Amino acid sequence: MYFQARVFIKSALVYLAASFVVGGLLLANQGLRFSGPLALMLPVYYHLLTVGWLTQLICGVALWMFPPLSRERPRGDERLAWVAYGALNSGLLLRAVAEPLHGWRPHPALGWALALAALLQLLAIWLLVAALWPRVKGRATPAPRAPGERRE
Amino acid sequence: MPRVSQIIVRTALINFALGYTLGALALIEKGLRVLPWLWTLKASHVHVLLIGAMVQLACGVAVWIMPRLDAAGDRGNLLLVWIGYAALNGGVALAALHAPLTALVGSSSLDAMPILAAALYGVAAAAFVAHIWRRVLPFQAIPRPSQPSEPR
Repeated sequence: MYFQARVFIKSALVYLAASFVVGGLLLANQGLRFSGPLALMLPVYYHLLTVGWLTQLICGVALWMFPPLSRERPRGDERLAWVAYGALNSGLLLRAVAEPLHGWRPHPALGWALALAALLQLLAIWLLVAALWPRVKGRATPAPRAPGERRE
Repeated sequence: MPRVSQIIVRTALINFALGYTLGALALIEKGLRVLPWLWTLKASHVHVLLIGAMVQLACGVAVWIMPRLDAAGDRGNLLLVWIGYAALNGGVALAALHAPLTALVGSSSLDAMPILAAALYGVAAAAFVAHIWRRVLPFQAIPRPSQPSEPR
């Protein structure tokens, strides 16, 4: 597994752990009622799980396992996925902070932070789709070998 | 990757982009209160991402990567996969359009949409399961197709 895929998958695992901590706190709060505003973390829990864990794991595995684009550039332009990684994680973390705060003490700056988080995550997924789209294909045609070149 | 998997995976990628776009619009509405109708896209966002993107991507990859039925590479009855593909996407479209259309035109005339969507989801699940079930095989020596000229 190459470096970029490992970064996506290990980040996804961190989000899995984080989302279970948040989910555990939410469940405990349902029974013990130690904090009213904690219930505002419910959408954060859902998105840590579905965006941070599921989406990022899916993309990491797809980047790793989808058919290579070509012999010369098996993964295409890796910069697309790196920008997507930055945008997805910054957008998700911004949302995780701004959304409960906006529900607790609404403020225009927090509203704009939510809009920015939405745009960052949107940019991320469009870039990931752009990175993966050309790799959804049949068997790659190997490039002609130079005389004397050995098969790996 | 076979043609049917390419189409299913690409449809899932389109649904990823569409589902995140719907979610971004709903989140922007939550933060900035620009158009209340945008909040009705939240249910569509869930259907498109969970079923249209994640479930569909898993099905497309499973059809591609699960063990073949024989050494010739037979994947079994692909008609079932096509039926599942059509039913799943029909169900996603109906389920995703229901809430935003209901907010526009009123509820009673569109009550059949979620019922039909549920029926299509059931058809899709049955078709995919019927196709994949036979391909969940233990590791084994797959019999080679018989060749008349081959010496014993």
